[in-house]
Amino acid sequence: MKTSPSSPTSAGPDEAAPAAGQTLRPTPLWGAAGRKGQGGRVARIASMGLLAALVLFALVGPLLWRQYAGQDLSQFLQPPSPAEPFGHDHLGRSVIARLAHATRLSLGLALLCVVTAAVVGVALGVLAAWRRGWVDQLLLGVSEVFLALPALLIVLIFAALASGEMWTIYVGIALALWVEYFRVVRARAVSVLNSPAVEAATLLKLGSLHVLRRHLWPELAPVLLTMASLGMATAVLAMSTLSYVGVGLKPPTAELGLLITESLPYYHEAPWMVVAPVMVLLLLLVGLLGLRSQETRR
Amino acid sequence: METLQDPPTDAAPPTPAPRGNAVARAAGRILVRRAAQALGVAITVTITCFVIVQNLPGDIAFRIAAGRYGYDKVDAAAAAEVRTDLGLDEPAWQQLGGWVIDALRLDFGTSLVTGASVADELGHHLSATLQLAAVSLLISITLGAAIGVLAAQNRGGPLDRITDAWVALVRALPPFVLGLVLIIVFSVQLGWVPAAGHGERGNIVLPALTLAVGLSGLFARVTRDTVAQILNSEHVHFARTKGLAGHVILARHVLRNAGVTLVAYIGVQVLILVEGVVVVESLFAWPGLGHALVHAVFWRDIPAMQATVLALAMIVVVVSTLVDLAVLALDPRTREVR
Repeated sequence: MKTSPSSPTSAGPDEAAPAAGQTLRPTPLWGAAGRKGQGGRVARIASMGLLAALVLFALVGPLLWRQYAGQDLSQFLQPPSPAEPFGHDHLGRSVIARLAHATRLSLGLALLCVVTAAVVGVALGVLAAWRRGWVDQLLLGVSEVFLALPALLIVLIFAALASGEMWTIYVGIALALWVEYFRVVRARAVSVLNSPAVEAATLLKLGSLHVLRRHLWPELAPVLLTMASLGMATAVLAMSTLSYVGVGLKPPTAELGLLITESLPYYHEAPWMVVAPVMVLLLLLVGLLGLRSQETRR
Repeated sequence: METLQDPPTDAAPPTPAPRGNAVARAAGRILVRRAAQALGVAITVTITCFVIVQNLPGDIAFRIAAGRYGYDKVDAAAAAEVRTDLGLDEPAWQQLGGWVIDALRLDFGTSLVTGASVADELGHHLSATLQLAAVSLLISITLGAAIGVLAAQNRGGPLDRITDAWVALVRALPPFVLGLVLIIVFSVQLGWVPAAGHGERGNIVLPALTLAVGLSGLFARVTRDTVAQILNSEHVHFARTKGLAGHVILARHVLRNAGVTLVAYIGVQVLILVEGVVVVESLFAWPGLGHALVHAVFWRDIPAMQATVLALAMIVVVVSTLVDLAVLALDPRTREVR
């Protein structure tokens, strides 16, 4: 559950109560533990394909369907046609154009949040592991506080400061995500920095840059990648949830949660309007979560 | 070799008496750590809320005066009265000190919107939230553990595959989408249960189910992996070789050991549970902390927001503490480590 300094990863379910019976075959540190390798690989490739398609849609879609805010009431709830695969919404706007812009916004903001959180978390984690002492204790204490605050609460607090503005969501999500990186990186870095290999490198006076590049980074990189996909899922979900609840981005914006909220009153007359954003959100989350099949913190 | 033979002087001798001590010491460590965490959260949230109030657009005194006297009776005199009354004209650090002391005394002031005491409202919200959380936790553990054990027993079989796909789907399903689907299916189309609200019979069904389905997926996966791991272990092989019946092995050797992991995992789940509570309560108009929090954020009702955030964070801390202590009681290994 919570990291003890010696355990390598922060908080997989397997680490929650370690050594609850040893398996005979060696379990991989990361990835689908205790599972036949084949199924996991297929799932990973499938979700990569899915994500690639969605990224393509997010990059190319807004160029093909530029108008996402133009209203045309003569097109009120127009059903899908070859030119407009998802029809028009209650204000006559093109649903696919709004969807493309919303996907781009979700992916872009999620990526920004994750990169920010990762950079801060990794930097602080390495710093804490390197210096130890009071720096370490202070940062650990701060991270303990954040561990008791669910991500959505942090984002909500910031939403109160300036409701509907993009930066509050960005700062809130990044602030919620960095702890995970900090805890994992710190735990790994402590064990790497105490290893005989690093001791030897220090004795050879290879310098701290060498240790960072050749010892620490190879250990951290795969973990960070998987954490990033998970973090992006959290960010996408938090963003859409916030606007669904009514304290996130404000209406004319094309955002997945908003698209769902706006289309709900018409679910009987125009089901395509509801189904399209729900499916995109679902596929986005399936793709991001499917990159790895084991849980970390949330 | 002599150094190895020599026991360190301060090591506890392996007699029964210090064993109890060790448990008490471990429990004490947990309590101290969690208390520090709770205090840190309280101070952080209070300071953050204070900063937000300081930076809110407009004069907070006018808003409070509007809450007290009504929107049509607000003028500069009323605002000035509020300002001196609440000490809003004191320097910021002095006000902050007052806030922190008030928060420690569980006095969160009055709501900027309703004018009622925040602490009073908090009690109602808390009981509604705890009711919802307890029911959904119960459902999800039962459901998840049952599915997980069944899947672990025929690993690689069709049931395992279905469980895997189901868990992946449930994991990716945002709670608000799931809630909407449940409302449309069970309330609008079938008319079995009311869609939203509180106080009528059957109101709790849909919100509890929404929360429970999401959580059960995670419980199912953890149970499956843990049980599968235990089934592969040597002591289960031994029990099987000894000729014990399958259900005896399951009850005595597998479930008891898996239980520890499940209990420990509740501590991880509580974060997801609290997040889910916020969403599900707003969706189903369940009058709990999450619903109150979203309202407070929407109306910039900072005292109410501070109280609800603190209450939700305290739920996390208290549940984590209970889980830590439960694991300590259930699993003897945790007493010796560290």
